[in-house]
Amino acid sequence: MLSSSKVSSTFYGTSRHRMLLDRLIVHGLLIFFVLLALGPICVVILNSFKTTPAIFGGPFDLPTAATFGVDGYIRVFTRGNFLLNYRNSLIVTVSTIVLTVVLSALAAYGLTEYRLKITPVIAALFVVGIMLPIRLGTVPILKIMITWGLVDTLTALILVYTAMSIPIAVTLMMAYFRTVPTEIKEAARMDGAGEFRTFRIVLPVVKPGLAAVATLTMLPVWNDLWFPLILAPGKANQTVTLGVQQFVGQFLSDYPALLAALTLGVVPLVALYVIFSRQFVRGLSQGVGK
Amino acid sequence: MTRPATARWSLFLFVLPALAIYLAFAVLPLAASIVMSFFDTDSPGGRVFVGLANYYYLFTHPVTSARFWNALMNNCEFFLIHLIVEVPIGLLMAGLLTSGLLGRSEGIYRTLLFVPATLSVVIVGFIWRLIINPLWGLVGFPLLGNEMTALPTISLMSVWQYVGIPMLFLYSALLAVPEDIIEAARLDGAGNWRIFWNIKFPLIAPQFGLIVILTYIWTFNGFDLIFALNGSAPGPNYSTDILGTLFYRTFFGSSGQVADLDLGATVATVIFVIILLVTGAYFWLVQRRLQAHQI
Repeated sequence: MLSSSKVSSTFYGTSRHRMLLDRLIVHGLLIFFVLLALGPICVVILNSFKTTPAIFGGPFDLPTAATFGVDGYIRVFTRGNFLLNYRNSLIVTVSTIVLTVVLSALAAYGLTEYRLKITPVIAALFVVGIMLPIRLGTVPILKIMITWGLVDTLTALILVYTAMSIPIAVTLMMAYFRTVPTEIKEAARMDGAGEFRTFRIVLPVVKPGLAAVATLTMLPVWNDLWFPLILAPGKANQTVTLGVQQFVGQFLSDYPALLAALTLGVVPLVALYVIFSRQFVRGLSQGVGK
Repeated sequence: MTRPATARWSLFLFVLPALAIYLAFAVLPLAASIVMSFFDTDSPGGRVFVGLANYYYLFTHPVTSARFWNALMNNCEFFLIHLIVEVPIGLLMAGLLTSGLLGRSEGIYRTLLFVPATLSVVIVGFIWRLIINPLWGLVGFPLLGNEMTALPTISLMSVWQYVGIPMLFLYSALLAVPEDIIEAARLDGAGNWRIFWNIKFPLIAPQFGLIVILTYIWTFNGFDLIFALNGSAPGPNYSTDILGTLFYRTFFGSSGQVADLDLGATVATVIFVIILLVTGAYFWLVQRRLQAHQI
């Protein structure tokens, strides 16, 4: 061991310097990209805690005791509907996640378990949906919602978002269900478990998949502007994304309030993402690696 | 194994709920949109089949057709900027992350670089509008107020936000490259740069192709950022109008334009065909070859 490492250190002497240089370049570039990615967000968050003169006087200074102010937040909460908007976004996002996870787990289990002639056709129909630009069907969707009296309800959003999330969720869950050993299912059936009971027994095995689906579903639903704008624009049903958009439109010259509104829109999701980023990446790589 | 009759019944029950919602709110509306484009639903006598009249109007009416071609060209520019800037930088980031030189910091970089992609486009738009605001003195030139620079500026904001997606996508693909091939090349004395271009990149070419075509689909579905910044008649002088904003304006109406559902469905169908033709051609001509190369 000792002698071999000695040999390699002299033999690879130059390549070791090379490696150090490579490492420096890689870190340097990545740090540059990170600053570029986070800098603008930090500027907004920092300035949201400053008074108006301080925002313009030194946009890149940290808030000090003299320049600290939360007037913006006070105005956002008194004049905007942020609490209501948050509530709406939470209802829509959580309902969509629950529906998507449950329905796609059921469908993916069915598609991996019962291999009939039609099975690959249905599976392909779901896979194609990943690329389907669902927004282009907005005119008929709007007509359906008008007919059913669902315009300006959160239900309309939940239905559309679930439809939008199901294709990728089913595709991902199929990949997870394929890894479940047959023995578990056979053993369950031997014990007399019915088809649904067998599904319930298998479910804990694919838990990481369910978490991945939940995190992948969350982002596009929470951040969407298109469907809230068209299907639920009323004050009572506005989501955070639409609420921020309208608030900012009204308070264009009130910088502290503007920056506070932006910060309130940014922080929860970034926090959630950082917490769940492992599941998120795993979910993506399951889909991509194959 | 389950009996065939049970299997058929079970498959039906397990798949039905997901399939029903997916068909009802995704597939059928798209199909209905195509059907609608051949009808006039507003006429006093109820629904009337009008053949290609909606298309004829879209492509020949002087103002409407000029707006359409303008939006299409702008959308092409919007896509090309993403293709030229976002995809290569995403690839560079993914390559750096999987260079094997990072150790534990790899996960931290990966998480932080993706943060902008988790933000709402509305927020991204306003963050950047504030930062490039001439009042703050960062950029003295009104980038968003000039017809030449407005669209590239908005495109770069979008690139800033979404570069994490190709990064993560290609990162996942690079992680799947077998370690022993890389090790063998390293023993042959190949440096990191050569290993990346001669070994890793050819192996992830199918995924690279896929992210290019997904970028195409996403940019031709674009709407949110431009609407958030410039509204439904995106100026200056429609220089930032893309197909998504044109579609919205057509069926929903805006100041100076009456809502027209049939014409909206027609625009949607045209966008769908534009997306479908390129995506189909891509899978037919390119992806098959890349995949064949793989094995």
